[in-house]
Amino acid sequence: MSGFLNWIEQRIPMMRVANMHAIQYPAPRNMNFWYVFGFLATIVLVNQILTGIWLTMNFEPSAERAFASVEYIMREIDYGWLLRYMHSTGASAFFIVVYLHMFRGMIYGSYQKPRELLWVFGMLIYLALMAEAFMGYVLPWGQMSYWGAQVIVSLFGAIPVIGPDLVVWIQGDYVISGATLNRFFALHVIALPLVIVILVFLHIIALHEVGSNNPDGIAIKHKKGSLPESEKTKWEIHEYYTSKYDIADDVVPFFPHIVLKDLIAFSVFLFAFCYIMFFAPEMGGYFLERPNFEIANPLKTPEHIFPVWYFTPFYAILKAVPDKLFGVIMMFAAIAALFVLPWLDRSNVRSWRYRSGLHKWNLIIFALVFIFLGYLGGTPQENWKITASQFATVAYFGFFVALFLYSKHEKTKPVPTRIPK
Amino acid sequence: MRKLVVSLLFLVPGLVLAAGPGIPLDKANYDLTDKASLQRGAQLFMNYCLGCHQQQYQRYQRTFQDIGVPDELGQEYLQFTGEKVTDYITTAMPQEGAAKWFGAPPPDLTLVARVRGADWLYTYLRTFYVDESKTFGVNNKVFPNVGMPHVLQPLQGTPRETYEERMIDGEMKQVYVGLKAEGGKLSAEEYDQAILDLTNYLVYTGEPARLEAESIGRWVLVFIVVLGIFVYLTKKEYWRDVH
Amino acid sequence: MSNVSLDASDSSKANEDQPQNNNRRRFLTVATSVIGGVGAVGAAVPFIASWNPSAKAKAAGADVEVDISKIEPGQLIRVMWRSKPVWIVRRTPELLASLANHEDQLRDPNSEVEQQPAFAQNRYRSLKEEYLILVGICTHLGCSPQHLTDGDFAQYAEGIPEGFFCPCHGSKFDMAGRVFQGVPAPSNLVVPPYQYLDDTTVLIGSEAETA
Repeated sequence: MSGFLNWIEQRIPMMRVANMHAIQYPAPRNMNFWYVFGFLATIVLVNQILTGIWLTMNFEPSAERAFASVEYIMREIDYGWLLRYMHSTGASAFFIVVYLHMFRGMIYGSYQKPRELLWVFGMLIYLALMAEAFMGYVLPWGQMSYWGAQVIVSLFGAIPVIGPDLVVWIQGDYVISGATLNRFFALHVIALPLVIVILVFLHIIALHEVGSNNPDGIAIKHKKGSLPESEKTKWEIHEYYTSKYDIADDVVPFFPHIVLKDLIAFSVFLFAFCYIMFFAPEMGGYFLERPNFEIANPLKTPEHIFPVWYFTPFYAILKAVPDKLFGVIMMFAAIAALFVLPWLDRSNVRSWRYRSGLHKWNLIIFALVFIFLGYLGGTPQENWKITASQFATVAYFGFFVALFLYSKHEKTKPVPTRIPK
Repeated sequence: MRKLVVSLLFLVPGLVLAAGPGIPLDKANYDLTDKASLQRGAQLFMNYCLGCHQQQYQRYQRTFQDIGVPDELGQEYLQFTGEKVTDYITTAMPQEGAAKWFGAPPPDLTLVARVRGADWLYTYLRTFYVDESKTFGVNNKVFPNVGMPHVLQPLQGTPRETYEERMIDGEMKQVYVGLKAEGGKLSAEEYDQAILDLTNYLVYTGEPARLEAESIGRWVLVFIVVLGIFVYLTKKEYWRDVH
Repeated sequence: MSNVSLDASDSSKANEDQPQNNNRRRFLTVATSVIGGVGAVGAAVPFIASWNPSAKAKAAGADVEVDISKIEPGQLIRVMWRSKPVWIVRRTPELLASLANHEDQLRDPNSEVEQQPAFAQNRYRSLKEEYLILVGICTHLGCSPQHLTDGDFAQYAEGIPEGFFCPCHGSKFDMAGRVFQGVPAPSNLVVPPYQYLDDTTVLIGSEAETA
């Protein structure tokens, strides 16, 4: 057996890669619950891909049959309802874990040097994920699918000169139609998943090159020869890391320690996930919107159109701006601002544990503003909400401006060189 | 922190659907495990609704199985359209013609309970009232100007708005106090029960897998708890090396 | 798994006040892995089960009722059952009598291979001798054989005027669906389950429950 494994290993380095990237990867031992969401996102990605493949076995991407084929899956395929709910619940779960994963990066400064590209790859995944989710939501061809697509695609019409032609080109028709559905289907099931998987791969490669951050924001890799033997880790860490750096006694191997920690989080997550999936798959109209149980009707707009909850913060920003083009610009700027976060934050201290009270409040308020924007974007329009969403939009961008201004000369606490016991 | 707030946000019911009808909806205490109620509801549907509304995504046979009716009995007492027990519950009414008569084709009702909600259906079907100004001579409290006749009138009787004299600000005024129906086959309580049965049936057809989902779901949750306990103990055991 | 735990105990800081408990560790590792494995199998169930025929396929594959009162003696009619051709032949008494004559040329004259419901394991391979009911799919590679009559079959099987001949690879079957020797088809044609609802109606797809 070991002879066979060696034979393989000499031809493709399976064990070496497994050791380097999973088993003997040095992970800071102070990683807390905030550090489980990357693992959970990977699990959800696998779930989406598997259930997605299975759904395509019976879904029919045509304006005539899409809605009926979803109901066919729900009623006539053995466990079809379960596969569909796994996929629909998974979509929302994906964004929950990704938002938490991103906020983790923000509070512990995981985007700072040297992890800028890691953050950018993450943002690209987020962007691809939004496109993926949007196109996926069109496929059941319900009322929200149709009118949601109508609204989002119309956004491109705001672009000067080419806008109107661009919209027709995206739609492949003068309205959202079967042609649009078919191309969204192709992108949703093949193109974007491929992009996401590749980006996730790059995200992990980049992570393992620079190493995991931790709640204290303290490096665990030290210059070769700078640590006395007594302060180096006693765990077996892959030589890829130990040959280049002295790894401090602040780490545990990824397997089994971090994996087991992640598995606890996975159990908790799975419980919540299954509870929603089996008992409340509509999640009160948030995960599956009520109007989407009615087949798309190009002649009748539903009373209220909202994107699914994970888009509502940006939708609120769009609605807050009274000018169509400027609204679209602000909405995309809201996402773009996150991309350049590594360069807006000019502090040398990563974790909010050692940063100023101002920074902590800035982060907390940002999170609250984001949620508030989500509320504003996901509820029927009322007069007070217009002003509120304008304030919230200013506050959203205010986070980045303030961060840029105060971070250069921020009063931070002294950061220990080793992770505190 | 954010997680907490996000989860709190989800718990607030009806945020998305806050805007609805002008009157508060009555709670429909339907029970999907009550097969007798589902059977009565199916009977009402097949007799009164199927003339215009279809359930084109649902088969007779599946319905009969789930509501506990043998195929032969179902075909005899519940199936008036289609030939085979495996046919979908469709109506022969041409949809284009229907659009002309009613302004819009009568919507498919397979999923109506998921679109509108059980409470809405339960209230809607009990709040028709006489309004001679409308095409069909009736109007509805939760769906004003609805383009549908009150097909259950033979059961409910003729529902009219009733007013009472009441003293308001020192003046006697006519105050709307509700709907009252007269001349139907059923008493008010019986009619409410009939509508509850019908609502129950429509909730069932909206999601036929509901009960199966919940019975599987319970076992899955128990399993996850067991798994979680073992994972937790294993993690504790391995992390003893670290602490 | 055990490798890792050994590594861990060797290389960890010796923690004297908490001695390693390798038995407990091994038990928990195995127990958790087993439970996780059970979970993985459970999670696979919906994926596997969803490949079963759907309600739609089952509805399309439902039993078929056929009125056989109009079939002339010697005539073959074709009906669809589960999207497959099913033949119903009304055999003449002469034809029935001739079935015994060529049994030495057959591969499985007594229908010992289970290609038919128990009721059809006889020389005529049918419930009522007069009516032969077969799935018209060659047991070789799935072509549908031709029904050759009026002596046309004799060019393939000397002295036998009528039978089934598969144009794809030349397999030959007699008028009870029994395969001849020396052809690629390995076994007799399949007899589907069926039952007589009354003298003139046959239901293809299910057998009568043995009362």
